[in-house]
Amino acid sequence: MAITVLIPTPLQKFTNNEAKVEVDSGNITELIETLESNFPGIKQRICDESGAPRRFLNIYANTEDIRFLDGVNTELKDGDEVSIVPAVAGG
Amino acid sequence: MTQAIAAPPRSESATLTKLISKEGGFEYDLKAINICENTFAPLEVAYDYDKIKDTVTRATIEAGPNSIWRYRPFLPVATDNVIDVGTGMTPLVKSTRLARRLGLKSLYIKNDAVNMPTLSFKDRVVSVALTRARELGFSTVSCASTGNLANSTAAIAAHAGLECCVFIPADLEAGKVLGTLIYNPTVMAVKGNYDQVNRLCSEVANTYGWGFVNINLRPYYSEGSKTLGYEVAEQLGWQLPDHIVAPLASGSLYTKIRKGFEEFVKVGLVEDKAVRYSGAQAEGCSPIAQAFKEGRDFVAPVKPNTIAKSIAIGNPADGLYALEQAKQTNGNIESVTDQEIIDGMKLLAETEGIFTETAGGTTIAVLKKLAEAGKINPDETTVAYITGNGLKTQEAVQGYIGEPLTIDAKLDSFEQAWKRAQTLDRLDWQQTF
Repeated sequence: MAITVLIPTPLQKFTNNEAKVEVDSGNITELIETLESNFPGIKQRICDESGAPRRFLNIYANTEDIRFLDGVNTELKDGDEVSIVPAVAGG
Repeated sequence: MTQAIAAPPRSESATLTKLISKEGGFEYDLKAINICENTFAPLEVAYDYDKIKDTVTRATIEAGPNSIWRYRPFLPVATDNVIDVGTGMTPLVKSTRLARRLGLKSLYIKNDAVNMPTLSFKDRVVSVALTRARELGFSTVSCASTGNLANSTAAIAAHAGLECCVFIPADLEAGKVLGTLIYNPTVMAVKGNYDQVNRLCSEVANTYGWGFVNINLRPYYSEGSKTLGYEVAEQLGWQLPDHIVAPLASGSLYTKIRKGFEEFVKVGLVEDKAVRYSGAQAEGCSPIAQAFKEGRDFVAPVKPNTIAKSIAIGNPADGLYALEQAKQTNGNIESVTDQEIIDGMKLLAETEGIFTETAGGTTIAVLKKLAEAGKINPDETTVAYITGNGLKTQEAVQGYIGEPLTIDAKLDSFEQAWKRAQTLDRLDWQQTF
């Protein structure tokens, strides 16, 4: 299952400067693990010490904030798009 | 890319030193970046306070321009070439009639409904952001806006001769859309709420090389709100108030008022004092107020549904810091219904002659709620921040205010109507009391 992941600028140093990568995963937790195995070091940036996504990072599955879905257990399917977007903007 | 590669200019008197992450303390150069690469936390501008202390006195400020630029050593710009369109130094009105109505003895209204050039506090942050944008070599500026910011960015960009493209939710009040279009920027009306607009802009900012005032220029931009603190301190005769009440959208303004007060203490311009900070949200978009009420240490995002569109941010960037600030300072964060917001707008208009927009109605309604609940001591010097103008959100009060009495151009027609008006007033009065 191919899922497109949009990578924010500060994390593109892990993805060979690619803003978009494709991975296979069944949910957000798996997606983060897969990203880590493809791009070592990236998980430590996405997640805090407890393993949860950092509080200043928003993760969207097909434009919906995963906190309005099933959090890191939000299921993903072929063709879905996941965006990782820094939260600190606006106002 | 429109950003120049050459090192930005810097005058001898510049006081800004670097950007520092609010989590982890990582340091960055003074570029157009808004987030820490390590923790994704916001970046904060740092200054050389010793240098400020050596050069700034009450007298040097008082001798400065009648605008926010009288506080230039405290603002994150590196040159003398600032964009000064008369922003700031808005009235601090001593309230008597509203104060009496609320049972408060020392209430002031900071009236940014008459800020220049576009009648909201946003002119402060935009004047700073566009000055910095020019220093950093941007020729195109942009923003994600609930309306006021779009008005301000478009107007001040026009004045400065910068290209401008703004993004707004498609369902904004007509006055806010028109008040942007008149300056002839490109306006993108996005089918979605503000948080969706903001997210889109974060993606555009990454790829287009524009100066987004509230994204990649956010550390500079947000510092402009400190002037709401400086001005109140100066206008109170160089002292801090006891309690402030301000609207909460992203939470930035609320935290920057405090930073402004604390910087004045740090450089010896005012005496230290324990200021209480209270925040106002609309019930239909109250993620910070909900977290405060439930005693949580995190802010869960919500989907906005309120007439107070200018403060309808469901995923507030500085929500966490606002929450901490209210707790630390013995303040409160309260929310009010849309009806209470309309009543707040009317109350401020009828008692003080100030026509504010829905955000101001929210602030006044929360001020009233806190006063009635005994959460504001009547003797406290309290300042309510009114951040926008009611003429921009006329839809909000349409149908909730009176109508003109249409009469013939004859004396008896007037007399009949006048009698009728007085009877109606009396009935109204009887219903109220």
